[in-house]
Amino acid sequence: MTIRDTTVVAGSDRTRPDGPTRAGRGRRPARRRVPLRTRLARDWQLLLMVTPGFLVLLVFSYLPILGNVIAFQDYNPYLGDNPLQAFARSNWIGFGQFQLLFEDSAFWDALRNTLAITAFQLVFFFPLPIFLAIMLHNLLSSRWRGFVQTVVYLPHFFSWVLVVSFFVAMLGGAGLLAQTMRDAGMQPWNVMTNPDTFIILVTAEAVWKDVGWGTIVFLAALSTIDTSLYEAAAADGAGRWRRLWHITLPGLRPVIVLLLILRLGDALSVGFEQFLLQRDAVGRQAAEVLDTFVYHFSIATGNYGYGAAAGLFKAAIGLGLILAANRVAHLLGERGIYSK
Amino acid sequence: MTTTVAPRARAGRDRRPVWEEPPTRIGQGLKATFLALLVLSVLFPLWVILVTSLSSRETLAEAGGLVVVPRGIDTAAYETIFAGGAVTRALWISTLVTVIGSALALTVTVLAAYGLSQPRSVGYRWLLVYFLVPFLVYPPLVPKYLVVTGLGLKDTIWALVLPPAISVFNLVVVRGFFQGIPQELLDSARVDGASHFRTLMRIVLPLSRAVIAVVGLFYAVSYWNVWFDALLFIDRNDMYPIQRVLQSYLLAGQAPHTSGGSTGVSMPPTEAIKMAVVVLTVAPIVAVYPFIQRHFIKGVLIGAVKG
Repeated sequence: MTIRDTTVVAGSDRTRPDGPTRAGRGRRPARRRVPLRTRLARDWQLLLMVTPGFLVLLVFSYLPILGNVIAFQDYNPYLGDNPLQAFARSNWIGFGQFQLLFEDSAFWDALRNTLAITAFQLVFFFPLPIFLAIMLHNLLSSRWRGFVQTVVYLPHFFSWVLVVSFFVAMLGGAGLLAQTMRDAGMQPWNVMTNPDTFIILVTAEAVWKDVGWGTIVFLAALSTIDTSLYEAAAADGAGRWRRLWHITLPGLRPVIVLLLILRLGDALSVGFEQFLLQRDAVGRQAAEVLDTFVYHFSIATGNYGYGAAAGLFKAAIGLGLILAANRVAHLLGERGIYSK
Repeated sequence: MTTTVAPRARAGRDRRPVWEEPPTRIGQGLKATFLALLVLSVLFPLWVILVTSLSSRETLAEAGGLVVVPRGIDTAAYETIFAGGAVTRALWISTLVTVIGSALALTVTVLAAYGLSQPRSVGYRWLLVYFLVPFLVYPPLVPKYLVVTGLGLKDTIWALVLPPAISVFNLVVVRGFFQGIPQELLDSARVDGASHFRTLMRIVLPLSRAVIAVVGLFYAVSYWNVWFDALLFIDRNDMYPIQRVLQSYLLAGQAPHTSGGSTGVSMPPTEAIKMAVVVLTVAPIVAVYPFIQRHFIKGVLIGAVKG
């Protein structure tokens, strides 16, 4: 039954690769009644091709998503020889884990840190790729532009271990900065272990790693703005700042809104490896975020149900946030990540 | 440079349009300073680390740690590392994971992308939703850990290779590219009796070299960079990938110990060895980067953004 529906929609879909969300709407062509068996005989190769990816996602995405149910269990890994057996034998305790979670001050600390870092980065990180993109776009020499782009994209491909290692080597207690300050007879700082400035440090690291990469989307959007708009505006006497305000920024608006939505939808994730790597140097008070909380209070301690509950809480809020942000975008007349 | 997307690069030879006012000297100066600082912030640390890793004992002692100005080249740190031991082994493991992982992931992704590029096929719409949902809903940490350990993958390279064997983002990129290939071309091959596999191998893949290269390198970089999965799933330290070793050397404060085999030879200072490990971890990324960079703006990612 459901499979028959598929053909119907598929007929009109070729020119619209953005897929299933739209496919259901619009005029449906007349039903072609090709028996399922015929179509299977025709398309079995395609199904076979999809199978490996299907299985990988089934095992490593869908199965874990279903596995979220252990958040409602007092899951005990020692009750069975394997997780499945342990799962079957563990007690169901309803919302008990969530109750414990909401009474846990460490959880609230982690939530507060996460939100503070998101807010901070929204102000001090989010606009930077936009500025940089506009600057690069206006660079006259394409050779210099190419060179700067080549260099600033590079750190995106470094692992977090590398990025943090670089920062330790430059700014850490035995790093170049401290070394230089000691040589100059000053008391060296160690920003890598200072909880008070941690939020600045992580933002600086994130900027260093991804500010260049972040410009790609904006450069693409800038290249689609019609140059004659600038010319006409200049002829009408608009200076460079007015052109920036009335042509460039409006041209970037859909992309900015889209990325803002994605960022807000991800407000509870601020980067996981980055924080896990530095948590011990800086201390839990400042450096524990929700993702590292989930790790430290589950796998690191064996309290799986509790960690699963924290993870599920985060995922549920995150999904709610992204749906809400998208709704707001629609209200503002923007396209958002998906159409209704 | 082929990487630019600005219209000017195509329109004229880097000339200022007549209607644009010439820049002020201050504005120009600020802009140049800013960009120069940005570029230096990337290149300078790379330089210092490379120079330190190649410094002799004396140079290091004189500098008191890291070395900014090179004085001769001393490869003792690299010789120590490649004499065998934790780092050499980790480099092998990471190479293995990267090669096997990217080959596997690329195969899985290309097959799925082709299988999902024919909108009239059986189950098309449902499969597409099935493949796209994991883009929005990430697999939760704890259950994922239980699944991987439950499958007995712990302490094997498969724990690092299999879970990321398909990235939905890469799938979307490849599929988008495949859908841009004229359908008539595929249809004519099919009419001539070619199977889908044959069509994929003989027609689609030769037309998609650039996208395959970029996605393959994306996979390679992400496999080379794997760290947290190794923290979760690899307990045996003779199975550590390079990122895990780098972390334990540089960030967990553990003194680098390489093989005890080098008898009588004075060990080079640890700072040089540490930095040599960093260099060896960066090197493959920097080596493949020009190949990705050549393609990734032109076409591949732009297409993904627009789709």
